[in-house]
Amino acid sequence: MTSTSEIEFEAKSADAAQDSAARVEGRSQWQLTWRRLRSDKVAITAMIVVVIMVVLAIAAPAFVAITHHPPDVAYPNTGENVAGNPVGPGTAGFWLGTDGTGRDLFIRILYGARISLFVGVVTTAIGTVAGVSIGLMAGYFGGIVDTVLARFTDAVLAFPYVVLALALAVVLGPSLTVIIGVISFFAWAGIARIVRGQTLSIKEKEYIEAARSLGAGPFRIMFSDILPNLLAPVLVLATLYIPQAVIFEATLSYLGLGIQPPTASWGNILADAQNFYQTSWWYVVFPALALLITTLAFNLLGDGIRDAMDPRTERVLAGRRRRRRRAPRLAAPSGGASPDFPDAARQAPQG
Amino acid sequence: MSIIGFLIRRILTGIVVVWLVATGAFFLFFARPVDTVARQLAGHAATPQVIAEVIRNLGLNQPIMVQYWHFIDGLVHGNLGYSYYTQESVNTMIGQDAPATISVVIGATILWLIVGISVGIISATRARSVFDRVSNVLVLIGLSMPVFVIGELLILVVFVPLNQHGFHWVQTGYAGITQGFGVWSGHMILPWITLAAVQAAVYTRLSRGQLLDTLGEDYIRTARAKGLSERRVIFRHAVRAALTPVVSQLGVDVGQLLGGVVVVEVVFGLGGLGQTSVQAIDTDNLPVIIGFVIIAAAFVVVANIVVDLVYSILDPRVRIA
Repeated sequence: MTSTSEIEFEAKSADAAQDSAARVEGRSQWQLTWRRLRSDKVAITAMIVVVIMVVLAIAAPAFVAITHHPPDVAYPNTGENVAGNPVGPGTAGFWLGTDGTGRDLFIRILYGARISLFVGVVTTAIGTVAGVSIGLMAGYFGGIVDTVLARFTDAVLAFPYVVLALALAVVLGPSLTVIIGVISFFAWAGIARIVRGQTLSIKEKEYIEAARSLGAGPFRIMFSDILPNLLAPVLVLATLYIPQAVIFEATLSYLGLGIQPPTASWGNILADAQNFYQTSWWYVVFPALALLITTLAFNLLGDGIRDAMDPRTERVLAGRRRRRRRAPRLAAPSGGASPDFPDAARQAPQG
Repeated sequence: MSIIGFLIRRILTGIVVVWLVATGAFFLFFARPVDTVARQLAGHAATPQVIAEVIRNLGLNQPIMVQYWHFIDGLVHGNLGYSYYTQESVNTMIGQDAPATISVVIGATILWLIVGISVGIISATRARSVFDRVSNVLVLIGLSMPVFVIGELLILVVFVPLNQHGFHWVQTGYAGITQGFGVWSGHMILPWITLAAVQAAVYTRLSRGQLLDTLGEDYIRTARAKGLSERRVIFRHAVRAALTPVVSQLGVDVGQLLGGVVVVEVVFGLGGLGQTSVQAIDTDNLPVIIGFVIIAAAFVVVANIVVDLVYSILDPRVRIA
């Protein structure tokens, strides 16, 4: 082991090395990826949809200014019919109709998008940083560190997500912070497992040995020599985790343990809509569509990025199976772990 | 390593895991201020004396380690405690709710494995065909749909119209199998489809990818070269090797399956273990929550042992160790 001062010193120089490495080597790889991605119509469409969703979410207050319907204000006179049920799309200036208490459904869906996208992105970011660090350490140090971290990862992956999430939401009280904490807690494990597997194979390569013989310490090797080779799979995993986090949040809110009314969330809108599906189809269909379009777009985008970074997989696979035997892959993982790299992260926290 | 030794070791570690989960759940829940629980039980208008009385009756005034001792003592004797509200035994409640949950789990698992694996195999053997493309799209939609959205949409587009037009086989809620297979399956069909849809998507994708990879292996070329029929190559040589990762995935998915079950039970009002535990969570009914967490942990442990056994049968190279 190295002393503390040595690690500090190396951490500083590692930063510098990482910067320059990213500039020289990263650019060409990202350029190649971007070029392949640009020719993928599905992925570009998905990306545009994601951008539109983000813009709509950010612009939610602007739509409030246009429609004069704040998200939490009920309109018992115009927003409900004689029987007290929601009014349909296009009635009385409600573009997508109203909800069970006569509030503007369109505005509430927009505000729900703010919550969903925010939770999705923040939890994925936290989970990715944690997962990469834990995976790198488990894979690089091996031995007892690996055993403990890998067992812990497996335990988190196998644990009934929703059960623990529900329990935590109750104990700590449902709030945005708790939801972000709970979802982040489950986000890292899938990424850590993949990163660990890849680290195990990369650390045996000659250039790592070279770095070690030059006197590089473990943290410098991990973060400036190994990590850049892992960025491609990690980016894909992260993109594919966002929709899962969105679903997770919606599920918690649906069960009444996530975002609490009157704050709008797609999950709690859909939970309320349950009481009206006999009379008001739009109340169920529009929030469900918003949710589906968002998660689908992220999934398609993630698949597109994966294909662009690793031409071996899926969409181009059948036609190119023979060529793959000759062409070495980007960051080839070792052994049987490779085929399931995109799917391992898909262990959706399905609730 | 003999199978007996494997089983003994796995069961012992399983007991440790369940104990750890139980202990974790116990301290997680009982670390909360007892007042909140008692106040909810006693009602908003309760005087401090009444609340103190409630706390004493529930044994919440004892030191935490004493309570823990009672809890573990009960657990060892197979007693999960009593509901705060009805004084009903948690064991009895679990016994009442289990049939609904077991019905959902077994039916949905069979459905998703059959659909997922067979669609995956057909897609892989006819890569880039119309079938493959359509199934890829459906898989993506399945992966992007939360369980509760599928459930609600099924209620909206299947259950409501069918019942409006006098076709009453499809129902929500739960009917025991004792009321006849037809009634039972009519109540269960939508929950099964809902739960199976998401998982089938995962398994279609996984088995398709695995089989495509396997079909690229040299030994498959050898098998074809020696003149075996394509059917024999795929089913005798490729599928068996391709399915082992699918089985190990099943072990990982058991935990998530339980999450899906909770949601499906709430959506369709099945009143199984999941719905009861959500209600218990809403009402701070600690013994019931802990009881269900323990049952869930035990289920995950047992299911993983079974999956490992099946895995070793499918792939003889894997030694049970």
